[in-house]
Amino acid sequence: MEAIAHWSGVTRRYGKIVAVRDVDLALSPGSATALVGHNGAGKATLIKLLLGLIRPDSGEVRVAGADPGGNGGADARRALGYLPENVAFHGAMTGAELMAFYAGLKRQPVARNAQLLEQVGIAHAAGRRISTYSKGMRQRLGIAQALIGDPRLLLLDEPTSGLDPASRADVFALIDRLRQAGATVLVSTHALAEIEHHVDRIAIMHKGALVAAGSLDELRRGSGAELALRVRVAPCRTGEVLERLPGQVRCIRRDAQSLELVAPAAAKMALLRSLLSMEGMVTDLELGEVGLAQVYSRLVASIGEAP
Amino acid sequence: MNVWLLALQEIRVGLRNRWVVATTLVLGALSLSLALLGSAPTGEVKADSLAIIVVSLASLSIFLLPLIALLLSYDAIVGEQERGTLVLLLSYPVARWQVVLGKGLGHTAILAFATIVGYGSAGVALWLRGDADAGSIGAFAAMVLTSIMLGASFVAMGCLASTVVRERATAAGLAVGAWLFFVLVYDTAVLGLLVADQGRTIGEQGLNVLLLLNPTDVYRLFNMTATESTSIYSGMAGPGDAAALPLPLFFAALAAWILVPLALAVIAFRRRPV
Repeated sequence: MEAIAHWSGVTRRYGKIVAVRDVDLALSPGSATALVGHNGAGKATLIKLLLGLIRPDSGEVRVAGADPGGNGGADARRALGYLPENVAFHGAMTGAELMAFYAGLKRQPVARNAQLLEQVGIAHAAGRRISTYSKGMRQRLGIAQALIGDPRLLLLDEPTSGLDPASRADVFALIDRLRQAGATVLVSTHALAEIEHHVDRIAIMHKGALVAAGSLDELRRGSGAELALRVRVAPCRTGEVLERLPGQVRCIRRDAQSLELVAPAAAKMALLRSLLSMEGMVTDLELGEVGLAQVYSRLVASIGEAP
Repeated sequence: MNVWLLALQEIRVGLRNRWVVATTLVLGALSLSLALLGSAPTGEVKADSLAIIVVSLASLSIFLLPLIALLLSYDAIVGEQERGTLVLLLSYPVARWQVVLGKGLGHTAILAFATIVGYGSAGVALWLRGDADAGSIGAFAAMVLTSIMLGASFVAMGCLASTVVRERATAAGLAVGAWLFFVLVYDTAVLGLLVADQGRTIGEQGLNVLLLLNPTDVYRLFNMTATESTSIYSGMAGPGDAAALPLPLFFAALAAWILVPLALAVIAFRRRPV
């Protein structure tokens, strides 16, 4: 199936700084993709390229078949709904007025706005000035405006930042509903543990390069982090334990009395044998699930290890 | 269509944050006080008070309207960017020229409303007192129209300032600089130039060109000299004849002072990273 949006061999520099380097990524219809990476990894640049706010120095960006930074900019943006990070609005407007303004810019009927505000849970405040809204309500309004016109592609930049746990759960539930309704979603986020169950693909950016893209299982295999072990160690013995571990095992977190290890599935028995042989040093161990946070740590660390 | 939506949005915001009301009240209060309290001289010379008001209001407008226009528009673009609302706006199917034009139009509409209602109230008050003849009514209408054009030209300059700088404070500085230059410094500089030149190189045409290069001078020349009923009271009847320029030229010059800064603002905005 043809992708709704793609970046092909895209490089973009800001002066001498390379913000993104040779990125190839496609968003297939109906997929939900998480875009993760440190601050400054190039996530924002990828989104700005999709919005046509900047143009690539080389490579090609397409949204719904149109070049967002070129003549097809309006067509591309008509297919998009966008929630910026730290979304802001003119406080003097009411929620309903703001929605009417944005619906007008997208040539969409104002009549559906009430339903969208209902969907994000702020219909009761539609007639109030936005300056009286809480941070969470503004974020919900931001999501509502992104949904105007049933966009084929939704770009959500840090949709849960600054929200309380209940609101965060609401945002993830909304993403699930949108996926079920057939929308394509791209979520840029730092909330790794929370997002992993709500997307089917994850793209990891690091220092401007796309270091991995795929399902969580694929990333686990690719990073050699298929199983996770939390090991309790006698005081001041962690160094010794680490030295004796099999080669494929990597430590992703370490403190005075515990280690967090990840390893490929094939190394499971060898790892357990070696830990059991260190009786006295290893006091307890606990097998855990390898989440996106562990995969991400492992992948980013492995780039640092590469020559 | 998008331009109208953006202009309407600016007008709505202007109504909400009391800009429209405040500007209208200021212009109305000043023009009414000029019309009703400042009519002492007309009582003695039996001059047409509406024509006098045109001259007084025109002198006032030269200081006030550019200032109000720049205050309205200096943060049009840079302010949206600092508030974080610009990226969202540009993620909609809106072209950047539409943003500049829509904001310029919205701010000009606010200014036009304030000018028509504010100055108009003085005109109506004098007309009701029977202090106006047909000629001075025409001059008054022309003064209101050119006042709006003068305001629009400074709105355009404010938009330009707003697109070329990174920070709101810098845009505000540029706006103040533009006001000082065009309203206060320019004429003095031209005068100094004329004195230094002693009429050797700058002739009548040269002076006309110099005056057309400042929208406030275009406005002043038009309202003090262009119509017969006002030139007498402005004390410019003599110099006005000397600087006689065809009427359409005044409008063309003011229109250019609106369109050129706006066009430059569009070009600057298209190159601006957001």
